Amino acid sequence: MTRMRNRLGVTPEALAKRRFLTRTLGSTGALLLAGCDKLNQSPAFQKLLSTGEALSKSSAHHLVSGQMSMAQEFSPADLSPSFRGNGNTNPTGADYKAMAANGFADWKLVVDGLVEHPGAWSLDQLRAMPSRTQITRHDCVEGWSAIGQWTGVPLAQLLAAAQPKPEARYVVFHCADSFGSAPYYESIDMDDAFHPQTLLAYTLNGKTLPVTNGAPLRLRVERQLGYKHAKYVMRLELVDDFSRIGGGHGGYWEDQGYQWYAGI
Amino acid sequence: MSEQAKAKKPQPASYLYVRHTLPVRLMHWINVVSLTLLLMSGLMIFNAHPSLDWGKSSYTGRPPVFEITALRTSSGQLVGITRLFGHPFDTTGVLGVSTGPNGRAVIIAFPSWLTIPSSYSLAAGRLWHFFFAWLLMLNGLAYVAYALISRHLQRDLLPTRTEWRGIGQSIRDHLRFKHPQGEAARHYNVLQKLSYLAVIFVLLPLIILTGWAMSPRLNSMWPGWVDVFGGRQSARTVHFVIAWLLVAFVAIHVFQVLVSGFWNHMRSMITGRYRIIGTHRKARP
Repeated sequence: MTRMRNRLGVTPEALAKRRFLTRTLGSTGALLLAGCDKLNQSPAFQKLLSTGEALSKSSAHHLVSGQMSMAQEFSPADLSPSFRGNGNTNPTGADYKAMAANGFADWKLVVDGLVEHPGAWSLDQLRAMPSRTQITRHDCVEGWSAIGQWTGVPLAQLLAAAQPKPEARYVVFHCADSFGSAPYYESIDMDDAFHPQTLLAYTLNGKTLPVTNGAPLRLRVERQLGYKHAKYVMRLELVDDFSRIGGGHGGYWEDQGYQWYAGI
Repeated sequence: MSEQAKAKKPQPASYLYVRHTLPVRLMHWINVVSLTLLLMSGLMIFNAHPSLDWGKSSYTGRPPVFEITALRTSSGQLVGITRLFGHPFDTTGVLGVSTGPNGRAVIIAFPSWLTIPSSYSLAAGRLWHFFFAWLLMLNGLAYVAYALISRHLQRDLLPTRTEWRGIGQSIRDHLRFKHPQGEAARHYNVLQKLSYLAVIFVLLPLIILTGWAMSPRLNSMWPGWVDVFGGRQSARTVHFVIAWLLVAFVAIHVFQVLVSGFWNHMRSMITGRYRIIGTHRKARP
């Protein structure tokens, strides 16, 4: 027996065993993949998996950071040379094209839904309101990030003017861009809506917000991922429930299976 | 001294003893499942942006440190290119371009047979990743608590002074694929102990922290803490590197199990019982 062993101490029996093991491992791998794909299709399993997200949300909110915790702000030296535009970068609707053509002079931000004073604000009116400037990092769900300087009116300012009714729970952002026939929209809760860093931004890196990044107005909701930061915002609607809007999940990407809470 | 006295007594030819307690066995297999699924769902997430940067953001003016891309040659052929510190490697077939679930060549960073789900879905990949991240973390916390309370840590994992001194010999033994025999096999060897400790107290905590560092909400719990890793994108790079260090650990771990008595180790990690085979040879002093 000893003589039959090679340098690694392998006998023919052991070699046969090893071949069996490799094959077992190979087929286990294939089964694992097929099994996971099957599970991935199952709504019940999806529900089980999303308990992870629910845990993340509640622990992020209650254990490690307060409702008013501030996102990191950076110095001008950290600014990305150019701020990447992602998703839709040039809305194709005729109305939007016409508004863009004359510098959004005719554009007005509509605020309605569960508010005491619905109304519409022009870009000049928004610019005349108290503003905030912040250098923050934009984290895309895909994994990249970019640092930019934003100036805009804190959403809290606008809401103070519109006066949400007590039953208002979410602010829904209706946008001018769309994927196919599905218009882009997003929603945030009142905690994020009143957060001091939540802005309706009209300036990027000291210049008028370019079309690529959401002209004339985009949302900044700094403690969440990029898809929450609605671009080309046309209308804010305050609601108590977003299940009747779009696909019912609170946003375009949420309707494609992404999480409504995008803080993780 | 008493160990030496025991070693001099005649040993039975072969006997079984309980090597791994039930909690350790259970937690070991939870690790196997969650680490595997975390790796595969993590590679899915990576595929959404198959590039690693160093710094506070992805756009710092410096090129990525690692990147998986694809290009089409003038003859229409797809070529997978992996760039490490700017050096390109042709990785067609595995990275950048590989055979998709439909049997055709597709442009994708990590191949579909390595990702969960097998066809591209960032949303589903994240759902899997965060579920098993919780499982791994809670399992890890339970393990550390158990290891301290049961004295598993002190008894089985912390190297003794003698073992520290024998580290050179242990390295030589490993290089020659020589494994402890007889009574010496009842304890983890010193390299084994150190690698387990490194995984438990360095790699796993670091991969959890660098995972948190990518969450915008967790970033706000203490603004600036992410800069400890060199910034958010550096943390993402570290997270990726640690994932592969864990793969390397698992590869060596499984290799050692294969060459030092696969069925014996498997039985001990399932039923707890490990067979010690008596040996005439004296353990090295």
